[in-house]
Amino acid sequence: MNMTNNLIEYIYGIADNDLILGQRLGELCGHGPNIETDIALTNISLDLFGQVRSFYQYVASLQGANANEDTVAFLRKEFEYKNVLLVEQPNTDFGYVIARQFLFDVFNHLLIGRLQDSKDETLSAIAKKGFKEVSYHVRFSSDWIRRLGDGTAESHQRIQTAINDLWVYTEELFQQTDADKAMIALGIGVDVTHFKADYFKRVSEILTEATLQTPDSQYFQKGGKQGNHTEHMGFILTEMQYMQRTYPNMTW
Amino acid sequence: MEQEIDSTLYHILDEVADPEIPVLSVVQMGVVRKAQFVGTGVVVDITPTYSGCPAMDMMGDDIKKALQVAGYEAKVNLILSPAWSTDWITEKGRKALEGYGIAAPLSPEADKAVLLGNKRMVKCPQCGSTNTVMISQFGSTACKALFKCEDCLEPFDYFKCLK
Repeated sequence: MNMTNNLIEYIYGIADNDLILGQRLGELCGHGPNIETDIALTNISLDLFGQVRSFYQYVASLQGANANEDTVAFLRKEFEYKNVLLVEQPNTDFGYVIARQFLFDVFNHLLIGRLQDSKDETLSAIAKKGFKEVSYHVRFSSDWIRRLGDGTAESHQRIQTAINDLWVYTEELFQQTDADKAMIALGIGVDVTHFKADYFKRVSEILTEATLQTPDSQYFQKGGKQGNHTEHMGFILTEMQYMQRTYPNMTW
Repeated sequence: MEQEIDSTLYHILDEVADPEIPVLSVVQMGVVRKAQFVGTGVVVDITPTYSGCPAMDMMGDDIKKALQVAGYEAKVNLILSPAWSTDWITEKGRKALEGYGIAAPLSPEADKAVLLGNKRMVKCPQCGSTNTVMISQFGSTACKALFKCEDCLEPFDYFKCLK
């Protein structure tokens, strides 16, 4: 693969997480447990969509021809999306929504923080803009982990179950593709393995504060970064791509 | 970060309102970073408050329209870096916010303290009391948090500090 293709693949590895998680959070619009949480989750969704637009506009400019942010977002096939499995997991209950958000936010905050130093000026600018937003997200989801963990017996049990169930997807966050490695070598990409220990330490600290157990399971699922997704992904894309597939090239 | 706005254009742009906060112009908001004559047209650089701010497209269109009415053909560029900061809201803009019922952003340290719920420092735009508590870290738009005054009992928006 040439440099441009590697760069595009690298951007997908970051931006597709924002798109798919943004879509998942968007499903909760009007369905949050109370109005403040409903607004918060859709605000986070909006931040992620904003960041993903910047990333995809950049991808479209690299692809040239007739590419635009919509073709990048809506006209790829399932195996061409490189998001991690964690973000496509369903909104089972509020515990799962918060556990998914927390496990992702701690990672994304560390990643976007470092992407600010990328030698690619556009990626660095997007990261500088987004870092302020993701810092706010991690504060929100960490607060909810504490409230649910250190809340009632019911909330404690349910958030612990969600953390245990989603733990299987944490290792994948630190998997690197050949495109990732090529971009790291050029100083464009972030070597996520450098903050892996820090990630698990931060996650564990907040879980402990929340009186929750950090899972010690060593069984992990991976594949999203290679384009091999869980069964949920097809349903997300069906809904998300509907308009562009039904009315090709439509604009708002 | 100084705004570089041609004085002729300044008056036109200062009439273009932020669609979410109509008492504030795009200039007072600090969204317009640069506006200059280039060749026979005008080039305006704008920067988003938040990445996903849905008002950006509308602000760009409104700016173009206002300049067209004044007889100028405008090109609007969206720039991300340097990232927008609440420090860029002008003093006139902060006053307009307060008058409209939105508490203006505090310093970064004070902002952190109020959003973590440790301190009561945000001044209620209705009665002026600082006996206020946060209800939600996210408010009616991405840039605001929701607060409540414990004295006059009115809920209000607080414009979050972004630096």
